[in-house]
Amino acid sequence: MRSVFKHKVFSALRRFAIFLLVVWTVVSLVTLLIELVPGDPAVAVLGEQATPEQFEQFRQLHGLDRPPFFFSFPRDAQNHRHFQWHGANNRYTDYWVRLLHGDMGRSFRSDRPVIELILERYPATIQLALSALLIAILIAIPLGVIAGKNRGTWIDNLASIVALIGISLPGFVIGPMLVYVFAVKLGWLAPSGRFDWTDFILPSFTLGAALAAILTRMVRSSVIEEMGEDYVRTARAKGLSETKVVYKHVLKNGLIPVVTILGLQLGILLAGAIITEKIFGWPGLGLLLVEDGIGKRDYRVVQGCVLVISMTYIIANMLTDMVYRWLDPRIRVS
Amino acid sequence: MNRLTIVGIVIVAVLVIVAVFAPWIATHDVGATDLSLRYLPPSAQYFFGTDSTGRDIFSRVVFGARISLEVGIVVVSVSAFVGTTLGALAGYYGGWIDRIVSGYVFNVFLAFPGLLLAIAMVAFLGAGLNKLIFALCIIGWVGYARLIRGQVLKVREYDFVQAARALGASDTRILLVHILPNAIQPLIVQASLGMAGAVLAEASLSFLGLGVPPPAPSWGVMIEEARDLSTLQAAPHALIFPGIAIALTVLAFNFIGDGLREYLDPRQRSR
Repeated sequence: MRSVFKHKVFSALRRFAIFLLVVWTVVSLVTLLIELVPGDPAVAVLGEQATPEQFEQFRQLHGLDRPPFFFSFPRDAQNHRHFQWHGANNRYTDYWVRLLHGDMGRSFRSDRPVIELILERYPATIQLALSALLIAILIAIPLGVIAGKNRGTWIDNLASIVALIGISLPGFVIGPMLVYVFAVKLGWLAPSGRFDWTDFILPSFTLGAALAAILTRMVRSSVIEEMGEDYVRTARAKGLSETKVVYKHVLKNGLIPVVTILGLQLGILLAGAIITEKIFGWPGLGLLLVEDGIGKRDYRVVQGCVLVISMTYIIANMLTDMVYRWLDPRIRVS
Repeated sequence: MNRLTIVGIVIVAVLVIVAVFAPWIATHDVGATDLSLRYLPPSAQYFFGTDSTGRDIFSRVVFGARISLEVGIVVVSVSAFVGTTLGALAGYYGGWIDRIVSGYVFNVFLAFPGLLLAIAMVAFLGAGLNKLIFALCIIGWVGYARLIRGQVLKVREYDFVQAARALGASDTRILLVHILPNAIQPLIVQASLGMAGAVLAEASLSFLGLGVPPPAPSWGVMIEEARDLSTLQAAPHALIFPGIAIALTVLAFNFIGDGLREYLDPRQRSR
């Protein structure tokens, strides 16, 4: 018993250490990648015509006048590179210190705090991701169960073909096609925007289609596998109806692998949300990243968005892992 | 080999032929705009119709195959090469290289979505074909490294490897002649699925304006240009044909990957 407890503590600590390592890497990447930006961000934002004073003011405001990292290799008067140590007085530590205070710097363009911009847009992205998840589950579970129960028949084949199409058609193809059919041709739904609940339909379906397809395949093979187990025979022998056997017993066990996939897929959902938001003008983090951040070269916004999207994904993954452990006691100890 | 794999191979073969012979297959100049010819429906002269600036969609789809395959082939070969080398070294020698590769890189790189990392890198580096390929390679190699490391760890313990070592074979020889050929099968499967992933990633990034810049006939760019409401209304074919091209390509590589996996691993065949 004691060794099991020790093992649990050890593996929890290990997972936490990996989590910290991942967070450290993401923040470091986000702070150091900005140094790769070709040219001077001040020139990119203010334009060539700005006065030297304006440049100076801009750099000072955003801390760009400070060295990028703990050390650098500047050129001296003879044009030789030499090592120079800056200590903690650098942008990398600046960003960390600010971040730990909940501050992600100010937008290069609008001068508003980046955290404010992100918090404004965050709910829209999460709503989109969750409704896509819901749509995917609502499609995948019945479709997968029907396909698995009728294995090898035309129903199964049809479900498999639908699933394959869903996997191969990327969101940026499905999305505009849905806009064409439901907004341009039929006029039932708005082509873009986020005003009432009907505006959720097309974006959620676009984002959830691939996930629905993957889940359908998973549920199908899970159902096929579980239907052969002894407990199914027992449940049938007790006289349970076929619906009860499938939905109360088979699904409960069969959904365990599906939950893992859900966690992994959430990242794809968040990355996919960037594309879906662009298609539908959905005012979420993705649109903030692509249009305000990358489009207007507002690198502070880019940093913040990438950081928040990554963190959301990492935390969601960790939660999935915990749910998975709780669902399947076998992996708790092994 | 099942039927879908053969369908996949046929589609990829056609795609390769189209990409190689693009200048002969294309019926029009890919860049020639003519506003008097805009939004034409598919016809005998313009097989897939024309787009919002009167460019021939068929020719653009044909040349788009070049961009897609180029990105796919370069990304998959570079990632597979780097991943195989590092994965094999980590698996074979263990020690500090293994601690860095499997302890740190695997846990960190596989902890967040590749597409996001690619978007972030291109966001800072700037858009462009080479930068896009570079970003996709940076995120791509990790999967191969993990796969090969696992394979090497398994094969390393087989009797014939022990025998080779007992006979005095060098580490390089054991790795290249005995271990790698036995670890390569899943690599082929991964490479095929990787082609699908790279083609999709290129199109996605180009769609977002982070990949190949607009006049180039990338399928992602074509879809981005076709999706504004006026074009959608007047010329839905401008969206449909590049869309079909992407879907077929991705589908074909997925078919091949899935088929090969089943073929190489008979235990999966019954499923």
